Parts: sequence; structure tokens; C-alpha cells
Amino acid sequence: MIHMGKFLEMLVRNARTLTWVMLALMAGLVIADVLIPTGYGRFPWDTIGGFGAFYGFVSCVLIIVVSKLLGYALLYRPEDYYDDALPRDESANEPGQTPEGRND
Amino acid sequence: MTEPGALVSGGWLHPSLLLILGALLIPLLRDRMQQGYRILLSLAFLWAVWQTVPGIHAAFGFLGLDLVPGRADKLSLVFAYVFALITVIGTIYSLHVKDNVQHVTAYIYAAAAVGVVFAGDLVTLYVFWELMMLASVWLIWRRRTPESYAAGFRYLLVHAVSGVLLLAGIVLYYTQTGSIAFNQMDITGPAFYLILVGFMINAAVPPLHAWLTDAYPEATITGAIFLSAFTTKTAVYVLLRGFPGTELLVWLGAIMALWGVVYAVLANDIRRLLAYHIISQVGYMVAGVGMGTAIALNGTASHAFTHILYKAVLFMGAGAVIHMTGKSKLTELGGIYRYMPMTFLLYMIGAFSISAFPLFSGFVSKTMVVEAAAVDYRAWIWLMLTMASAGTFLHTGLKLPYFTFMGKDSGLRPKEAPWNMLLAMGIAAFFCVFIGVYPNWLYNFLPSPVDYNAYTVGHVLWELQLLLFTGLGFFLLLKYVGGDAKISLDTDWIYRRALPRIVGWVRRVGGAAWTGVVRTLQRSLEGAVVTLMRHHGPQGILARTWPTGSMVLWVAVILAGSLLLYYL
Repeated sequence: MIHMGKFLEMLVRNARTLTWVMLALMAGLVIADVLIPTGYGRFPWDTIGGFGAFYGFVSCVLIIVVSKLLGYALLYRPEDYYDDALPRDESANEPGQTPEGRND
Repeated sequence: MTEPGALVSGGWLHPSLLLILGALLIPLLRDRMQQGYRILLSLAFLWAVWQTVPGIHAAFGFLGLDLVPGRADKLSLVFAYVFALITVIGTIYSLHVKDNVQHVTAYIYAAAAVGVVFAGDLVTLYVFWELMMLASVWLIWRRRTPESYAAGFRYLLVHAVSGVLLLAGIVLYYTQTGSIAFNQMDITGPAFYLILVGFMINAAVPPLHAWLTDAYPEATITGAIFLSAFTTKTAVYVLLRGFPGTELLVWLGAIMALWGVVYAVLANDIRRLLAYHIISQVGYMVAGVGMGTAIALNGTASHAFTHILYKAVLFMGAGAVIHMTGKSKLTELGGIYRYMPMTFLLYMIGAFSISAFPLFSGFVSKTMVVEAAAVDYRAWIWLMLTMASAGTFLHTGLKLPYFTFMGKDSGLRPKEAPWNMLLAMGIAAFFCVFIGVYPNWLYNFLPSPVDYNAYTVGHVLWELQLLLFTGLGFFLLLKYVGGDAKISLDTDWIYRRALPRIVGWVRRVGGAAWTGVVRTLQRSLEGAVVTLMRHHGPQGILARTWPTGSMVLWVAVILAGSLLLYYL
């Protein structure tokens, strides 16, 4: 397990190299998708090479932007928003009680 | 059909009976004996389920009803297998826990879930349905925090509503058809919708979903594993059995898939984030049920199977982090991959599975549901489900692990999770990879023969592009995707805030109106009393004692009057 931790640390140290490998892989995928026909033609976008990449990126950005906007405009509340409705618990200050609750 | 006590018949022992009776003995044992017994009992349960072959194994008449507690076919068996498997895994994960209430109720919960899938009639189904609710709430309450008490009560109330709707639907169904057999619903009208909504509440279909994300993050670390497996997936099973091809469910399912994704962006509690992704993933299953084609139904059943396993890995990973650090929020975690590398790696296997990376289990099941939408030329549904797929990787595969295990150093120095937790995660993670590499093992269990190959060039290229470019988006927007120390309102706001406020308002306004009415009445009464006092009181004109002299005077006046009249 210690080795596993060291191995992960090594990966993190080489994050820059890994990023380039990843980007090359992604470029390769798009090129492959343009060159290799997928064999599907049920939707107009099935035949567009690299559409998966485009849709994935757009979906990601859209999900983050729309959700965060919804959050800040409408849905976010302070963390203690519902706390006034909590039952009074006499044991709340017992030793061994973490704020996250007992873990067993 | 009428052999009383036929729960053990023809050599078939109802696995639920075995598990419930076995669970009741747990409190009699202690320490190592108890741990060994729990493992043996869960293995016996798995064996009893595995031994079950398709057929009617138990049926008897009771109060004029034909009860069938033992109906097994391929559809019920695929669910029973994975329920039993996750019971064993959950047992190993919770081996260190010393709380008999949790052990017993978790097993009764598992037994009830299997009871639902083996129920051939609606009354047996209803009984096990309610038993699931009553057993599972203890897995929330035994966290023993004020939050979990309150969340448990809300959980109970919502499921009580689901139970009442279901019961009302069953009664109407019986009066309409004269039968309680549970097969595809062949009726229309209120009974159809009552039963459907009863099932939909347990499947966490928006807007009836908030009980799940409210309660699961407040459950015990180990209880959440059982919760994430049984309630929603028995609901998927009963929808598969009763409502295949219900068009409404296609759209509700696609909305669900995205709903979970949007809220997962906003979630800060790691188990709440995962709970929102249960809703998102069950969305694929609900949509599959709605499409109703053979490939869609196979996709739904297989996705339920793989989902239970990878969701368990994810919940176990998140649970291990909470267990070791005492923290559950993204804003308070970070940089612990060095200290919990095994937990991190096993979690990532679950994350790759839920994200449907090729060679992981989600890829062979989720793409089947998406493919079913493509076969039917449902472009919008396809786009919505695919977008949700990108969102799934974004949260469970990138956001949660990045801000929990990597990211900024939170200063936490936890130890690696205990061996039993890692072993349980390892077993579940093994199945995630095994099914991804060898999908035919799972496809053999599915209700109808599978004519689907996930590993076409088109699928693999599409999925890899979709996921990796989602990753690109994540790292470009890294600054904005972290957790915020906030909670987000969901539909539970209606019964946690709006309804109490309305009740408060009605009390205030109603109280004021009532006081007004009483005061007006009082005032008119007072007026009447004053008038009466004026006339009849001690000083009143009608209460004066008139002297006899005045009577004589009046008699004289009358006499004088009559005399006058006489002479006129």
C-alpha cells in the first residue's frame, strides 16, 4: 500500500507529461473518428467525425455554467438553513460525537 | 394453489425467510462469533438465492386471496442475485461495526427487497414493500445525530405516502379485476396511476425524489451501502414488471438523469453528490422501462445490476473517507490520496464504471439503454441521456475524487481504511471490471436473449471522446467547479419550509380571524346585555316598581275615556 502511495505521487509529479500524453491521445481519438466510419446512421450527427468530442466538451461546460447559475440565482442557501427545525438532542455534547456524527 | 405454510416447498426455502430468521439470532452472539455468523448467514442467503430456479415455488390461499410469495423468473432472479451479492459485500464492509440494531435491520431490509422481487402478487409485494421502509429507516437513525433523526422521520413520512398510494391502488385494482396477481398492468384509470406513483416515489422520480438525497447522506457509513442498493432498485424492478412501455416514463427518466447531474454540481457533501447520481443513474433505468422494447428492458435490468455494484464501490469509498477523516465536505477534504491510496484506486474503478468507460461495467449496461433510444430514433432522449453521461463522469469521476483525494492539501493525515472495508470494495470493484471485460456473464441473466454488442468501434470511439473531452472541460473550468459551502434547495423545501410556513400562516391568520369573530360576537353580546340592562336592569324602565297610585290614575283615565266614548 505504501508502494501504491509512492506510485501515485510519482504520477502527480509528472502531471505535465501526463497532460501532454492525454492531449495527444484525445487528438488521436478525434482523428480516428474522422477517418473510421462508425457504421451508425440513425442520427444526423452519427456521421460527423469528432462530434462526440464536441458534444462532450459542450455538455461539460453547459452543465457547469447552467448549474452554478441556478445555484447562485435560486438554489443556494447557507448550510444552517434548515437547522432551526432540528430536534433538540441532549446527547449532542457527549464525548466521541464529531460534528459529522458517529462513524460506526 | 392452497397449501398453507408453503414458504418451504419442494425443497425451496424462501431466501427472505432464511435471512430474517437468521438475523434475529445476531443479538445472541458476540464479537468474533457474531462476525463469523454474519458472514455465514449472508453467504447462506446468497446460496439460497442462487439455488432458486425459475418457477412458482410457494403459493397459498389466505382469506380468499391467492398469495404467491415465491414466483421466480429471469427478471426477478437477476435482481435477486445482485441483492444477495451486495448483502455479502455490505456485511464484509460493516464487519467492524458493533451495533446489533443495524445488523438486524440491514438483513431484514435485504430480505424484504428480495421478498419484493419474488412476490407474485400485489399483497405480498405490499407487505415486503412496507417492511423495507420500516427496516431501512433504522440505518439512518442509528447515525444518532439530530440531523439523522429528522431526516429519518422525513424518509418515513414520504415512504408512508408511497405505501398508502400503493395500497389504495391495489384495493382498486382488486375491485376492478378480481385478481391480485402482479404482472404487467392491464388496466387504466386511478388504480394504474396510484400504483405507478407509489412505485415512482421509491424510484425517486422527480419531483418525488428528494427523500433520497435528504436521507442517504445522513445514514450510517455502512447503512448507506444497503440503502443505495435496495429501495430504488426494487422500484425499478416493479416498474419493469408492471409498467413497461409507459411513454411518460421515458421523459421522466431523461429529466431525472439530468436533474441528478445539475444538483451534483451544487453538492458539497460527498455522499449527497453520490446520492444525486443515484437519481441520475436510475433515470436511465426509468427511461428504459418507458421505452419498453426488449433491448431497453434488458438494458434497464443490466444497468440496475451494474449500478448496484459500482454505486456500492463509490459509497464505500466515500464512507471510508468519512470514517477515517470525520469530514464529509469537499470544501474540507483534499490531498489525502497519499494516505488512502487503495481507497482512492478502488473508488476510481467505481467512478470509471459509473462513467461507462470501456472495459468497465457501466459501459456494457448504460450504452444498452442509450442504444435503445437510438434504435427508436428518439433524438432528444438520446441527447439528454448522453449529456447526463458526460455529467456523471464530470462529478463522480472528476470533481469528487479531485477535490477529495487530490487538489489542495487539507492538512488531513488519515490512515488507510481498515482491511474489511478495502476487501468489500475490492470484491465489488472486481465485479465492475469483470462485467466490463466479460459482459456475457451478465447478459446470460437478462430477461430476454441479448442481441447487443457494446464493443463496436462506433461506441468505443464515441464514448471515449465524450468522456475525455468532458475531462478537458473540467480542467479548463477547474477554478469554478469546486464545492461551495452551501446547501441547495430541492423539492423537499416544499415539506420542510413551504408547508410549515403555510401552516404557520394559516395558524396566524386563522387565529387572528377567529379572535376577530369572537370579539365581534362578544361586542354584540355586550351590546345586547347593555340593552337588556337598560330595560330590565335595576335602573331599567321595565324593572321599576310602579306605585299603586299610578295604577289608580290609569284606571281613572281609562274609565274617563270609555265614558267619553259612550257619550259620543
